[in-house]
Amino acid sequence: MAGDQQIGVDSAPGPAGDEVRLEVRGLEVRLGRTGPDVVSDVSFTVQAGQVLGLVGESGSGKTTVVLALLGHARRGLSISSGEVRVDGVDLLQLSAAQLRAVRGARVAYVPQDPAAALNPTLRVGTQLNEAIRVHPGAVEDPGGRIREVLQEAHLDASPELLRRYPHQLSGGQQQRVGLAMAFACRPALIVLDEPTTGLDVSTQRHVLDTIRSLCAAYGVAAVYVSHDLAVVGGLVSDVAVMYSGQIIEAGPTAKVFGDPLHPYTRGLLSAVPSPLQATRLTGIDGQPPRPGRRPAGCSFAPRCDYATEECRSQQPEPVLIDARAVRCLRVAQVRESSTSVAAALGRAATAADEVPILSLRDVAASHGRRPVLSGVDLDVPAESCVAVVGESGSGKTTLARCIVGLHRNWTGDIRFEGAPLTAGTRDRPRQVLRRVQYIFQNPYTSLNPRKTIGQIVAQPLEQYLRLGYRERSQRTARALADVSLGADFLSRYPDQLSGGERQRVAIARALVVEPDLLVCDEVTSALDVSVQAVIVELLRGLQSEHRIAMIFITHNLALVRSIAQSVVVLRDGAVVESGPVGQVLDRPADPYTARLMQDVAKLTGAGTPGPSAPDAAASEPAAP
Amino acid sequence: MATATAPAEPTVPAEPTVPERNEHPLLLLTARRLGIGVITLFVVSVIVFWATEVLPGNAAYAVLGRNANPARLHALERQLHLNQGLLAQYWTWLSGLFTGKLGASLANGQPVWGLVEPRLINSAVLVFVTGLIGTVIGVTLGAIAALRKDGWFDHITSVAALTVTSLPEFIVAIGLIILFSTVVLHWLPAVSLLPPGTYAWSQPELLILPVATLVIVIVPYIFRMMRAAMIEALESDYVEMARLKGVPEWRIVLGHALPNSIAPTIQVIGLNFLYLAGGVVLVEYVFNYPGIGQGLVFAVDNRDIPVIQFIVVVLAAFYVCVNIGSDVVALLATPRRRIPR
Amino acid sequence: MVTGDAPALPPVAPPPAAPPSATLTGRHPWLSVLWSAARTPRGVVGLTMALFVLLVAVIGPAVSPHSPDALMTLTFAKPSSQFPLGGDFLGRDVLSRVLNGGWLLLLMAVAATAIGIVVGAAAGMSAAYMRGAPDGIIMRTVDVILAFPQLVFALLLLSLLGPKLWLIVLAVGLSHAPAVARVIRSATLDVSERDYVKVAELQGMRPAKVMTKEILPNLISPLMVEAGLRLTYSIVIIAGLAFLGFGQPPPAANWGTMINENRIGLQLNPWAVIAPAALIALLTIGTNTFTDAVARVTIGVDRRPEEAAMLDDLGPEQA
Repeated sequence: MAGDQQIGVDSAPGPAGDEVRLEVRGLEVRLGRTGPDVVSDVSFTVQAGQVLGLVGESGSGKTTVVLALLGHARRGLSISSGEVRVDGVDLLQLSAAQLRAVRGARVAYVPQDPAAALNPTLRVGTQLNEAIRVHPGAVEDPGGRIREVLQEAHLDASPELLRRYPHQLSGGQQQRVGLAMAFACRPALIVLDEPTTGLDVSTQRHVLDTIRSLCAAYGVAAVYVSHDLAVVGGLVSDVAVMYSGQIIEAGPTAKVFGDPLHPYTRGLLSAVPSPLQATRLTGIDGQPPRPGRRPAGCSFAPRCDYATEECRSQQPEPVLIDARAVRCLRVAQVRESSTSVAAALGRAATAADEVPILSLRDVAASHGRRPVLSGVDLDVPAESCVAVVGESGSGKTTLARCIVGLHRNWTGDIRFEGAPLTAGTRDRPRQVLRRVQYIFQNPYTSLNPRKTIGQIVAQPLEQYLRLGYRERSQRTARALADVSLGADFLSRYPDQLSGGERQRVAIARALVVEPDLLVCDEVTSALDVSVQAVIVELLRGLQSEHRIAMIFITHNLALVRSIAQSVVVLRDGAVVESGPVGQVLDRPADPYTARLMQDVAKLTGAGTPGPSAPDAAASEPAAP
Repeated sequence: MATATAPAEPTVPAEPTVPERNEHPLLLLTARRLGIGVITLFVVSVIVFWATEVLPGNAAYAVLGRNANPARLHALERQLHLNQGLLAQYWTWLSGLFTGKLGASLANGQPVWGLVEPRLINSAVLVFVTGLIGTVIGVTLGAIAALRKDGWFDHITSVAALTVTSLPEFIVAIGLIILFSTVVLHWLPAVSLLPPGTYAWSQPELLILPVATLVIVIVPYIFRMMRAAMIEALESDYVEMARLKGVPEWRIVLGHALPNSIAPTIQVIGLNFLYLAGGVVLVEYVFNYPGIGQGLVFAVDNRDIPVIQFIVVVLAAFYVCVNIGSDVVALLATPRRRIPR
Repeated sequence: MVTGDAPALPPVAPPPAAPPSATLTGRHPWLSVLWSAARTPRGVVGLTMALFVLLVAVIGPAVSPHSPDALMTLTFAKPSSQFPLGGDFLGRDVLSRVLNGGWLLLLMAVAATAIGIVVGAAAGMSAAYMRGAPDGIIMRTVDVILAFPQLVFALLLLSLLGPKLWLIVLAVGLSHAPAVARVIRSATLDVSERDYVKVAELQGMRPAKVMTKEILPNLISPLMVEAGLRLTYSIVIIAGLAFLGFGQPPPAANWGTMINENRIGLQLNPWAVIAPAALIALLTIGTNTFTDAVARVTIGVDRRPEEAAMLDDLGPEQA
């Protein structure tokens, strides 16, 4: 029944015509042959020249869907029912040999991690050639086509490049090779699995532009999977949001992101940080259900504010409303209640004359002989949050580690409350160590898997303060409560916790000794958007409540406004610009900052497409 | 980048700065390994010398035992150079190694080289024939097991491999003897009756059981590694990508999976050659095969010091060479490590 | 990857709530690992075989029908009701000799394993954690010792100092140490790079305490697997040395020596060789199979956490 409601019917026709190139009906993928379903009842269409965004958090099944578009299922999974029609041919009914002929030639895949997807022992040219030669007859002039396709992907089509091995290329170049391979046979459908993850912002922007122009030029249909709504928002004209293996809302991007109807989509959007305005981020409590553990009714019901008894017992079917298909029984009521506008954050008044709690002067650091930081000056006012922003290789993590004492190879002057800090932790007095706390990026390696949460959080109390048992227990319980974890977590082990919960434990561990400065090193980079929002908001609240100074390191410019009062921009180890957040981001003085602000993907407000949306592309000069 | 650009904007952002790397990691590695190898051998020689000459006290006394009387002691000491200082003795020995003056066996007075040379060749034949056959069988079985992962072939071979790796090689040898020469069947000779000093290929059927024993012993290790490396390659992202490009299965196996399975397997093959150097001792003893393993055992029994010294140094040198060799070959098979960015 | 600015982790975030891991948590993680391994098919088979032989070796001397040294029957006598396994090359009862010939071998093997593990693990852990000069020295020494085949090393020592039993144990134990050191060193290097170790350093913990409280508990799996492997090799080498004549002096009963002594009579009474050989084989196959079971259990649980996290959006089911 759900097959009747299809997505994309109402969008404006793409520049290459109206023909439907991809049609998916009732796709279902299961664990094993007969296990619980991982993806169920997925249907959509994509037209020539059009890019459909498939958005969701981890566990939503988006990668599974997109691999099924090539007739492929990962080990342990099987495609149990449905149709995937490319130019009318159902791939799921083809024989193995026919499917192999189709893959690469009619449907192509662009992988998420290009470094891993390229064979390390084969030259780049060989692998590009392979993409064409396994489909004899598809291309008349392989050599010429390769040159052509490399140029389209903005790579230097020289024999020198072709002779290289994958590890000799940068991340951006590897991704472009992946794109070139995908377009080599001029397929009808391209599937892109988060291809810009891990690339820095400007490279990401250029890759997205390339994808859009190639699709438009050759009338190729594309499905673009992403967890990053801002990136998707600027690229695609239609979007489908996935949750727990189903598409829960789908329609034109402007509508879905501008005026979301499904409670999950709303929650998701209010978790997305914006580089343009300071908003309070709100996450969604709880976690998505795992396959096999899905509730009987709507899978979002346990976390939904609008859920009723009916929602918990009955599976919602897609309902066509306002140009979108939404799977929600209560969609009419949800529509009535206005979208809560994200609360703007007031700026805390910073007393400018006070002595900064931390100040750096002319700090230079290196790894071995390679310089990583040079001439860094930085001030962190007491009780305020400074964001340190930079792309990979900018030296921001090294900076954090120098401050805290994990990295010893630095020169210059770092003063904590006026007193100079020594290079490593060994010579710093215990009280100084206690008052500067550090939170690591990866919640999966920062907790000792052989200890309980209680032991982990209480350990700094033993090490720094030598408190008695009763006091330790009290303070531990309080620290956990501060991060909204119940007392039942005390006896659990880290591998029983989710990523968000682990990071909260790490925060509790840092706060339990009542520090004066908290250094957060990319603490949300490994987390889903909705979890990230919870953590960022938690940190912001704790910082103002406990009056702690904070250094928040991130590569994500959009987060800055939601947590910091001032910002420092790093590039290649040097400070490029610094100042209050509003000033630096709204009126950047340095061209690098300006370019970062321009290139960062933005999710704009209701109705208005972002500056890099397809419609505006026609009026831009030819993509560089 | 030969594309037109809008004036104020760069085309593609500058590549991140690359740390300086060695220009020739291959040469550098080989040179380093050679250096360490030489030092290792040097240290080994010192240890051997110290252990055999210095440790047990007066070697001459130990050799002569109850037959020692001052005159004989004195004569033997002169023969063994024990009347010189320790360093001088060491130098005499070490230089002797290079010039071929290896002294004489204490057991029968023959020159050491004459005693050891045919044994060396016999053992070399054993080691290399075994190594070759074992490698071919192990690699083939491992590849097939990986391709038919979790099938019956895979299960049987994996269990068999596990069982065989647990067995001491002399038990494998005895088992083969029981099966093929004494109890069950009588096809093959149990022990070789080659007198010491002859070459093994004069009676090739004597090679069969010793080679079979050693092959059985080393195949499981190579099999396991090949299987694991192939499975890892077949489950990797780049193989998945190749499948999604439409590459046929045979090409995936030969062109993608195999090249990536070679490097770790080479290391194991090297290790097995090393193992053979030691394992050959027991097998030669069981089959009465006139190789250096047997020679070492005899020498140890007779406390024939010059022979012991020489054989141990030869074995150590073999070790070092195989180590270097396998590292170099593994490096050649891994472009990522041998070609800098 | 560990140089300075690692690029931001791809935010394809990890799956929610990983399943509770039954093994490796709790007060005695090594016990729960052993227990889990013992319940797998390989574990059952291996444990049964090894325990059977252990029983024979330990109880054997008490239930032996005759004295192992007494000359009771004809040389290489065929099996009979009085002597179920026949006579050996001197006419002694094979069954009695077999029952008495195992316990010392096992004892020596366990002792050698213990020496190898303790020395090797200490060396490996210190080398990895201290880095710099101590690491270089230790690992170069390891390389030198590894330049000797284990058997040759033992033979060398024995030839010079005499076939004393304690020396055999020491020689075999020390010859294990380098291999153990290598494995433990690389495991320690892995663990000491983890962030939670850095957390302890930030808290001002001294290196020795960091090693025992933070690192060591996470080395349980490789340690257990190595111990199992080394035990198997110890048995193999010590039995091999006995076979070569470097064991207890005659007339003591010893499985390894028995195989050698009775080789010449294979055509007459093969049981004098088959019985001790089969027991050694059963033992080594058993210990190795059980070690394999342990390795399989720990591989799943001790997978590097960030790898477990980086699985695609499916979730732990696929792990």
